[in-house]
Parts: sequence; C-alpha cells; structure tokens
Amino acid sequence: MPDLAELLDVLTFRAGFNTSLVVAGTALLGLAAGVVGVFALLRQRALMADALSHATLPGIAIAFLAAGALGAQGRTLPVLLIGGAISGVLGVVCVQAMLRHTRLREDAAIGIVLSVFFGVGIVALSYIQAHAPAGSAGLTRFIYGQAATMQPSDVRLMGTIAAIAILCTLLLLKEFALVCFNDAFAKVDGWPISFIDLAMMALVVLVTVAGLQAVGLILVVALLIIPPVAARFWTDRLWALVLLAGGLGALSGYLGSVLSALLPRQPAGAVIVLTAGAIFAVSMIFAPARGVLASSIRRLRLRLRIAGEHLLEAAHDENAVELTPDRIGRVARLRGWSSPFRILVLASLRRQGLTRTAPSGLVLTAPGVDRGAQVSRKHALWAQYLISYADVAPSHVDWSVDQVEHVLSPALVAELESKLASRGITVPPPPSTHGANA
Amino acid sequence: MSTIVHPPSAHPKPGSLGERPEHSPDSPLSVHAMTVAYHRKPVLWDVDYDAPPNKLIAIVGPNGAGKSTLIKACLGLVPRASGQVEFWGEPYRKARARIGYMPQRESVDWDFPVSALDVVAMGRYRKIGWCLPVMKKHKAAALACLERVGMGEFAHRQISQLSGGQQQRVFLARALAQEAELYFMDEPFAGVDAGTERAIVGVLRELRAQGATVVVVHHDLQTVPEYFDEVILLNMRVVAAGPVASVFTRTNLHKTYGGRLTLLSEAAEAVARAAGGGE
Repeated sequence: MPDLAELLDVLTFRAGFNTSLVVAGTALLGLAAGVVGVFALLRQRALMADALSHATLPGIAIAFLAAGALGAQGRTLPVLLIGGAISGVLGVVCVQAMLRHTRLREDAAIGIVLSVFFGVGIVALSYIQAHAPAGSAGLTRFIYGQAATMQPSDVRLMGTIAAIAILCTLLLLKEFALVCFNDAFAKVDGWPISFIDLAMMALVVLVTVAGLQAVGLILVVALLIIPPVAARFWTDRLWALVLLAGGLGALSGYLGSVLSALLPRQPAGAVIVLTAGAIFAVSMIFAPARGVLASSIRRLRLRLRIAGEHLLEAAHDENAVELTPDRIGRVARLRGWSSPFRILVLASLRRQGLTRTAPSGLVLTAPGVDRGAQVSRKHALWAQYLISYADVAPSHVDWSVDQVEHVLSPALVAELESKLASRGITVPPPPSTHGANA
Repeated sequence: MSTIVHPPSAHPKPGSLGERPEHSPDSPLSVHAMTVAYHRKPVLWDVDYDAPPNKLIAIVGPNGAGKSTLIKACLGLVPRASGQVEFWGEPYRKARARIGYMPQRESVDWDFPVSALDVVAMGRYRKIGWCLPVMKKHKAAALACLERVGMGEFAHRQISQLSGGQQQRVFLARALAQEAELYFMDEPFAGVDAGTERAIVGVLRELRAQGATVVVVHHDLQTVPEYFDEVILLNMRVVAAGPVASVFTRTNLHKTYGGRLTLLSEAAEAVARAAGGGE
C-alpha cells in the first residue's frame, strides 16, 4: 500500500514530471468531457457518443496501416487520432442514415453500428499484430487506455484538444441550450439547427478522441455522461450545471489518475470512471433537492402529515379530544398503517405540538383541535363541490376527498366557498372548539 | 414595445403569389396549393389561403385534421410535398425576422435546467446574435414580456415547477419577446386554467391592437366567435375560411366534423351562440 507521503506527493504534483503531467492532463480532459457532456445529455445523444467512441477503433487501425505503408514515421499519435475521428464520425453517419432510411429505432441502430465497427477494429488489430508486429503492441492502449505510458507530447495534445472543446462550448452555450431545449422554435427563429447539432457532435468527437489514450474507447463515454448527470442532482440552472459538470469531471480525472498512479497495476481509465461513479452515487443519494434521500424524507413527511391529520379529523368528527388507543387503532386499521408507521405518526403529532400526554392518556392540544376542525371542513367543502359540480355520486365521494383535503390551499378553499355560495350551498365554518370538550 | 406599422403595399412584389389574381397582395401569409404528406400518406391536400392582415385567425377542425401540420408546413418545420408559402410576398427565409412562433407545450422537456426568464430570453436570441451572452437589457426585455402575461413573479422559478397554464404563458411570453408581426401559436389554450385563458386572450387582443396578425390552432369551438375574427375550418383540406360571421356556420361545421355526433352538437351550440352574440 502507498503511504501518506507518497499520496500527498502525487496529489500536489510532486511525484515526478510525467506523473504530474498525466494528472493535470486527465483533469483537463475530465473538465472538457463534463462541459461538453452536458449538451450531449440534454440533446439525448449520450448513447450516440458511445457508438462514436467504439467506432474509432477501425480508423485507428487503418491509420496505422496506411501510415506504415507511407513510412513508419507517420505512425504518430495525431495521425492515429485523426483516423479514429474519421471512422467515429462515419459510425455516427451510419446511425443517422439507418434512422432516416429504415424503420429501425435508435437503440437498435446504435447497437448495430457500435458492435460492428468495434468488431472491424478488433479484426484489423489482429491482422496488424500478425503481419506488422513492429510497434503494433501499443495499439491496444486505445481500447482500455493507458495513461501511465503517455509521453509529455501526448498529454499536451490531449490538453490542447480539451481546452479547445471547452472554449467552443462556452462560446456556443446559448445556441446549444436553445437547440437542446426546443429545436423547432430555434429553427423557426432562424438558427441553423443542423450546423449547431454538427458543432455539438464535433465537440463530442474532440473530447472522445482526446480521451482515447488516457481512458480508452470503451470507457471514455462515461466521462461524457456521468459528471453531467451527477451535477444535475445539485442544480436547476444551466450555467451552474455546466460549471459543476466540468468541476466534477475534472475532479474525477484528477483523483482517478492520482489513485492509479499509486496503484500501479490499475489502469487510469477504469479508476477515473470508478471515481466519477462514486461521485455520481453520492450525488444521487445526498443531493438536497433532487437526491433520493431528500425526496424520500419529503414523501415520508407528507405521509406523516396526512396520517396525523386523519387522526385529528377522526377525533374532531367524533367530538372528542382524546386519542384513545381504541380510536388510534380504528384509524390505523382503516388506513392500513404498519405499527412502526403508527409510532412515527404519533411522534410527529407530538413534535408539532398538536397532541400532548395528559394523565388520562393522549389528548389533542388547542392547535390540534383546530387543525382537525379545518381538515374536517375542507373535507366537507370538497365533498360538496364534487357532488354539486362534478356530478360525483355521494357514495363515491369519500375516497377521492381523502387525498385532496390535505392539500387544499387557503386560496382554493376561498374559491370553493364562493362557488358553492353561488349555488346557495354553505358549509358552516368549524365551531370554536377551544376548550369546548377539554 | 414598438408599435408595428404596415408598409403600404399597393403593388405586389414581382414574382410573388400576390401577383396572381386569386391571392391578395397585402396578405401577411399566402399559402398556394400546399400539400403535405407523412410517409407518402397525405395529411393536407391542396391548401389555398390568404390571411387578412391584423386579424386573430383560428384554425379549427377534428383531431387528425392537420391543424398543427398546417402551421408547421407554413414554417418549414415539416416538408411540403408541393405548393408555395409566402409572407408579405417573400419566402420564409427573408421574412422570418417578422415571424413569431409558440409551439405546443408538450413538444419540450420541461425538466430542462432553465428558469422561466431564461426561456423567455430565448425569444431575444436572434436579436443578440451568435456567441454573445444574454445581457441585462435582454433580461429586462424578457421580464417585461413575462409581466405582460402576468408571470413576473415566477421569473426565477425552474420551469418544471410551473403549472401547465403557467408553462403555456412562459411560451407565450417567449413569442412576445420575438417582437414579431405575424405569430403562429399551436394550441395555446390546451389544458389551461381559466386565469391563463383570460391572460392569453388579453395578450392576443393587445397584439391585434398593435397591428399584428395571429394564427392560432384552436380546439374549442365554443370560444371561436368570442376570441377570433377569422376562422379556417380544416379537415385535411380547407373546408371553408374567412370571417367568423360568414364562415362559422352550421353547414360548414357539419362538413368539417361530418359524422362526429358529439362534436356536432357542440358545434351547433357554438353556432347558436355566435348568432345570438352577433345580433
């Protein structure tokens, strides 16, 4: 296991020039992928990016062969990446053509193109390894990625491409947002949709190609998808989403490559993607507004409030202020509460000060009595409304009222009152129950 | 808000549809012999229509009559199999700066990470131009449009947290932000509350008072006489088109909705009401 000093060295770019370069490069790549990925995701092109990255393999292999035929010095990284970009774009064009000219669905078209292009690439790689062994061993690094063997010039190339992608995205942010949100409106408004889509796709190609060597073509799409999705849990604003997705992408690239530098047998690509995955998991569970935990708590609170109000209402309708075990049991059976839920309901009522424990047992406080009366009146109002306006048979009213009475706002209550009043129906306001039964 | 002034157009532009005897030269929208097909199945046949300037125009017809398709084909959103469309005697490409569009609410994903104000600001994008950011003055203009539809206080709400009617109003405000002279609106009254319906009607009348022409896909026959000046009765072809008072008749509605009994009785009621209101 690496010790703390070693960890600190890598984290702070002091673990040798090459390692630092790789860490900085992958962080920049993560930043670019996060920023560009926001729009791939909003335009629902995430899987298209997957087809694209898999389709780069035959291009890389063919570029290797072609460069070899023209002289081995042509086998440089830029040449291979250009080959990969060309066949990647060709793959996307194939998907688009299949969608336009056949009745295939997008998932099927993407699946076919992705696997066939990848298959062609594997066949070409085997051919190369059998026939041109010189220098061919390095080609498999494009499949799984191999950040550790990257040369400073490779990292600089990757960083430059990433920087260009970020700059272009920021310049065209407004146009991208318009097309992603509402392409028909954008078209009528006079924007060249195909050109803007093409620009978005070109940026995805750039990021994909830039990431091939570090992350590998199988996993590079994860960098485009995961950071924006994780960021979406935290914010509702596009600018914040772009910044946050870029930040989380950069963090994944940075932490992932640091970890893989410390664990020498682990490829950087996989560790980077796993880091991004961990960030996603944390976001999904713990994000305050859209996270799973927060929304479960909100749902539970609402259920508890409704259940508590049912208890208060039952007491009110029976003209009582005591919540005897018998009364609670009746409501619980009627509503199908589990016993842990019943305990939570009672605790929540007490916490809100709606009930208190008296020598005689559990009783409603004055606010509790009030609340019960209000809910009961809303129930009556809504039931009257359904019967007189919506032609619902009185025998069928109760069930639907049970859901609605807890969410009627004061404004809606006022509207219901005036509507019913216009038909000469009045629902008496709750009698003042303060202390009446105490 | 600028007031729109119509240039006098005594002479039609050379080579435009206005030169033909069957088309009027000062019409903001001229459709000539337009046919639209989806997968080779025609959905609109041989549509001829001239929109009179400065009117509120309803397109009505049964489901599947091609109401939305008609405006989408005019705007080039769906391809035309044949026919011509001109705006003030010019092709769409030249006239689009004077055209505004409000698509159907269901056509977008409302979980998109933008606020109501951001959406309305999209109506200003063509005035802002490529690559430049939305500045304070553009936001102020967008806010003014939101206020015109009674949504000023919701400017910074994320759009998924708006009700259906509020979302419709945001779309209407975005169309207003385009500051057009000819508007196309696809079902602006679909699924809205009474307050939103009043707000939209108010805005339509304001637009007319400013000199604009508005073409609206409409589904509620009852309100046609009250809200609109002109009506296009559509059922894959134009059954009748013209002023509501002369075209919105029992016979024409029967031809448009033929055989659909429930709609027919609704139509009869609407006609009776239109006749009553006209006297």
